[in-house]
Amino acid sequence: MSNKPRVYPYIPNSVPEVKAAMLAACNARSVEDFYAEIPAALRMIQPMQLPEPMLSEVRLKQHVERIMARNTAANEVVSFLGGGCYQTHVPSICDEINGRSEFLTAYAGEPYDDHGRFQALFEYCSMMGELLDAEVVSVPTFDGFQAAATVCRMAGRYSGKRKVLLAASVNPDKLSHIVTYGRADLDFEYVAFNSDTGQVDLDDLSARLDDTVAGFYFDTPNYFGVIENGPAISQRVKAKGAMLLTGVDPSSLGVLTPPIRFGADLVCGDIQPLGMHMSYGGGHGGFISSRDEEALVLQYPSRLFGIAPTEVPGEYGFGDVAYHRTSFDKRENGNEFVGTAAALWGITAGVYLAMMGPKGMQELGEGMMKRLCYLKQRLASLPGVRLAHGSSAHYRECVVNFNRTGKTVAEINQALRARGIFGGHDLSETFPSLGQSALYAVSDLHSQADLDALVDALAQILQGQTA
Amino acid sequence: MSMQDISRFRFTDGKPNLRRYHQARWDEPVIFELSQAGERGVLVPEVEVAIEAAGHDVLATLPAGMQRKDAPALPELSQNRTLRHYLRLSQENLGADFNVDVGQGTCTMKYNPKINEQLARAPKMSELHPLQHEDTVQGILQVMYAMEGVLKEVSGMDAINLQPRSGSHAIYANMAIIRAWHESRGEGAQRDEVITTIFSHPSDAACAKLMGYKVITLYPDENGYPDLEAMRAAVSPRTAALIITNPEDTGIFNPRIREWVDLAHSVGALTCYDQANANGLMGIARAREAGFDLCHFNLHKTFATPHACGGPAVGAMCVTEALAPFLPRPRVVQDGQRYRLDMGDDRSIGKVSAFLGTASIVLRAYAWVMNLGADGLREVSEIAVLNNNYMMAELLKIRGLTAPYAEGHRRIEQVRYSWAGLAADTGIHSDEIGIRAADFGTHYWTSHHPYVVPEPATIEPTEAYSRADLDEFVGIMRHIADEARQDPAKVKGAPYNCPIHKVQGDYLDDPARWAITWRAWQRKLREHGAA
Repeated sequence: MSNKPRVYPYIPNSVPEVKAAMLAACNARSVEDFYAEIPAALRMIQPMQLPEPMLSEVRLKQHVERIMARNTAANEVVSFLGGGCYQTHVPSICDEINGRSEFLTAYAGEPYDDHGRFQALFEYCSMMGELLDAEVVSVPTFDGFQAAATVCRMAGRYSGKRKVLLAASVNPDKLSHIVTYGRADLDFEYVAFNSDTGQVDLDDLSARLDDTVAGFYFDTPNYFGVIENGPAISQRVKAKGAMLLTGVDPSSLGVLTPPIRFGADLVCGDIQPLGMHMSYGGGHGGFISSRDEEALVLQYPSRLFGIAPTEVPGEYGFGDVAYHRTSFDKRENGNEFVGTAAALWGITAGVYLAMMGPKGMQELGEGMMKRLCYLKQRLASLPGVRLAHGSSAHYRECVVNFNRTGKTVAEINQALRARGIFGGHDLSETFPSLGQSALYAVSDLHSQADLDALVDALAQILQGQTA
Repeated sequence: MSMQDISRFRFTDGKPNLRRYHQARWDEPVIFELSQAGERGVLVPEVEVAIEAAGHDVLATLPAGMQRKDAPALPELSQNRTLRHYLRLSQENLGADFNVDVGQGTCTMKYNPKINEQLARAPKMSELHPLQHEDTVQGILQVMYAMEGVLKEVSGMDAINLQPRSGSHAIYANMAIIRAWHESRGEGAQRDEVITTIFSHPSDAACAKLMGYKVITLYPDENGYPDLEAMRAAVSPRTAALIITNPEDTGIFNPRIREWVDLAHSVGALTCYDQANANGLMGIARAREAGFDLCHFNLHKTFATPHACGGPAVGAMCVTEALAPFLPRPRVVQDGQRYRLDMGDDRSIGKVSAFLGTASIVLRAYAWVMNLGADGLREVSEIAVLNNNYMMAELLKIRGLTAPYAEGHRRIEQVRYSWAGLAADTGIHSDEIGIRAADFGTHYWTSHHPYVVPEPATIEPTEAYSRADLDEFVGIMRHIADEARQDPAKVKGAPYNCPIHKVQGDYLDDPARWAITWRAWQRKLREHGAA
């Protein structure tokens, strides 16, 4: 024990008298008795070297707030960053619900004491099912990267084949995760994208497809914001008996066709755009969806919550569907692994979808496409600025090329920051073939004034004016 | 009427009576049943005239077949009706803030301070985009870097990465490093086995298998310690790694852990420490002194961030200097007063998460540590262990409950108990005790499968509960054990005070009747002629 008896607000039994009474109650002279099994050689001799604590709540609050004040939050500027994490309006009710202690601090209760969690997650899956036109939706995985990696493994297990084709137009970080995650059981090959359209190169896809291919994974919209020709891809993949594995931005599905309708076998993505704050990448959760086919359902590694009657007529009950699939039940003989993931964001996304309803999702998607369309037109009018995949349809984001401006994206973004604008994500290192290009994203937050402000600032910067 | 002392009826022999609890029961419909065509929960911002004009035919530019013509059949509800629905569901859910949540052993249910929640929900955290320029995120990078420093001190390891989004995720990432390490030394093909123990988390075995390893699972010896002779027989030049918890889920600390580690090292294997059970060891014993090469912490367990119905979370990876280049990228580094992201080289296993993982959870854990300091963290561990041993002493007074193995020895932060005696006497099983416990407003779980300890119950009181809380939980267990002997049908008929009654579980394993979404349920009802 510390030499200075101190009572900690989070530790009720740190009261010295209580401590002494409890030690006596379990026949111990001191806490050292409990550590008797730990050999001296394994014991820490020196106390941990940590900063002096901020014991009072007020000092702690001041300390953390002062550090965090060094950040510039995206809501303090106008931001055009996307690339897999999106600034969007989070309806107040989303924060109200996910901040409730009953959801925030619950964990692994039974369907009886945590009935609300089961129902809320079942409803989330059900609303996602409407958006995705799918009868099976998993509870959230860690993020969209994880969902994509698992989808590839599921295809391998379902088909009994090792080879998975990956579209090179997928976020390179996501590809990195997919390959590390799957490499023990899968062989990966990349399918090129057309440099003019940004879409999957259908000829390269056809050339790589054969009967050893478990599936082809692609995103639509892809990393460049380009909407792929799903039916054309599907037709080629299906002709060779491979599975169609599609990543999708769920916020787009008020206006874009759910991939299951053009033949996708497994559809996945990230729910961050559905009511989650960005939180520096902390707001992510993945989903996986499919048709309700037993052999396919049995490939899911995550928990699946199903609805069922109880012994009292008129009550909805819930529980785990086919729990025996999981590593909880079968350790290494289950599918992949399962544990804590991102359930609270699933509940939150459910609230978001219920709040938006069918019309809201349509209006959100249309608004996004129209704002981007307006921005594309205005950007294209700037001297030296070119849209990288200008002939393609985009959702939410697009690649803007600055090669002919004589400035690098880094220089432009620095100048934009000085004007209170976060420019698009610099792609010059990850996609050198695109030259000096940046990925610009719009959202429901952007007004016309915001878009005009960007274009005006770029015009000034490209003319060499300082802020 | 005469004045009445209410509290006289609430205590017996100076102790509170068993709580007359009843959870809210709202008979709440599934949200689709609440839908009223035309209602709206939130309106999206209108598009200005110039934007409308520019984009009026934007949907026509879509590739053929890519435009959705029908609106998704989401429910239509006003904002207040949506709120009411979800608040009712929240009342039908039992969070750790409401109950003495010591019955979810192995999960380290602790108090989640509200100040941390406020800090993490502030826009300076919540409105940060992960691709912002480093100059604009110096605060959160400082917090992440400082938290890595804390974890270095708690573990004794040299390098930390906070990218994984859960404990299991960190186990996976550590296993990916193990594979990359052996491959970098030309031994990738040779080393194809991972050794673990049955009382280590299922994800230890599952993640090893995921990375292509054959899994060897060791069972305990007669004293409950992992069997060292079995380990000697298992290690070979094929061994890639040992992954083990200590204390294991039994709560028994293995004093010979260094021998295990040395044995694995003697054949060239790496050693990986699953520290999900670390809550009793902060400032007491570390991975470093035991010789481990890798370990991980669950920030949502040991570092008191919310469990959130099962995430979001953070699994912190900790490794020795030799393994540091293999950590996920990027890593936060400090240059003078400035922090930046370093992408490392090709030895890195790359990305295991989108961006840098769940930074808002890291912030909460940082605030928790900064409130407690080194003395406070040690106090956490000491009180958690005191609570556990106090509770063991009290629980073992209940007839029919035992703590198998290591008879007479102390435990660290949890105990795996056995109700085998009670089950033999009464026919009441551990899972039934758990359901009955819900009637008194507390959560109770048995243990991971397989049940090596018969009729298991894993109780982990942590530092967050008062003596009165612990006594209350013990009182509930005693009451149920007495009830099992006097009126077993009462226990078997539970729950009575929960939002619902027993679920017809056979639906959930039957492909013809399972329904993972409302639309699947509606279809199957029609197919069975029930709708």
